[in-house]
Amino acid sequence: MNQELLKKIEASSLRKEAVEFSVGDTVKVHVKVVEGDKERIQVFAGIVIARRGSGVNESFTVRRISYGEGVERVFPVHSPRVAKVDVDRQGDVRRAKLNYLRGRIGKAAMLVKEKDFRRRK
Amino acid sequence: MVGLLGKKLGQTRVYDSNGSAVHVTVVECGPNHVVQCKTPESDGYSAVQLAFDPQKDHRLTKPKLGHYTKHKTTGFKRIREFRDFSLDVKSGDVVKVEDCFGAGDFVDVIGTTKGKGFQGVMKRWNFGGGRATHGCKGWKRRPGAVSWGSTPGWVAKGKKMPGHMGQRRRTVQNLKVVEVLGDDNLLLVHGAIPGADGDYVVVRGAKKKSAQKA
Repeated sequence: MNQELLKKIEASSLRKEAVEFSVGDTVKVHVKVVEGDKERIQVFAGIVIARRGSGVNESFTVRRISYGEGVERVFPVHSPRVAKVDVDRQGDVRRAKLNYLRGRIGKAAMLVKEKDFRRRK
Repeated sequence: MVGLLGKKLGQTRVYDSNGSAVHVTVVECGPNHVVQCKTPESDGYSAVQLAFDPQKDHRLTKPKLGHYTKHKTTGFKRIREFRDFSLDVKSGDVVKVEDCFGAGDFVDVIGTTKGKGFQGVMKRWNFGGGRATHGCKGWKRRPGAVSWGSTPGWVAKGKKMPGHMGQRRRTVQNLKVVEVLGDDNLLLVHGAIPGADGDYVVVRGAKKKSAQKA
């Protein structure tokens, strides 16, 4: 009973259309940014290195290399400020958390194999 | 003053109109039933008795059952008196959550905190404890000295010591009401409130902060 009511409340905060991407994908996250009274869309592009939580608490981490410096941002999946998530490239990874990318520098840091690359050959 | 009896259901988060996540505690608030209305003429003070959560008659004690039958209501698990109730109600009325609170109001929530059992001073009073290194042994979580020497020869009253922690009545003041869901009798309060999920709480209008008019 309690859980049902809680889920009902959470349901109103959930995203209407599910965002479909998985760990290892190279994505563009469109974030709504409010400056003064103006609102614009900012794009954060990178590799999804983690997806955690469930329901309204679900979030994902995107990592990119910006001017030689690794930058990670965590987005709540159901946040209204995340306008949309575009998948540029699907990755072929074997783990749920790509923390090993943090230790890599240079080109290797962005080295996630593309999905279905075997079939394409 | 307005107040209601309720039950803590649990915590979750919702997104507000700005898109920021707000962490809320969900309280099942009512419907509360008015049992007795006390007036200055008959009782010497003005108050309203509210009851919440129906109970089978055979589970009630006879004095309680007698009280409910006298005021022609069914039995309830919890009953509480609210002094100077600001809503105009009479015995047998039902007070709903939307009658009392709206989004943006401030409330105080009274509940019983979770029992922690017998706890040491570090957990109970946030003492620092002893050193882990530099030759110290067996002093990590001890309270240290409790008083001075043979003068004065006693320990100050109220000295913080180990003992039973939690399971006490506590009030959290000035919590903002995020949302009121009248259909489900639910109240969404910003932040945390005392007690475990399923515990009974009292929600009343904040004593020290009035409602913000948006």
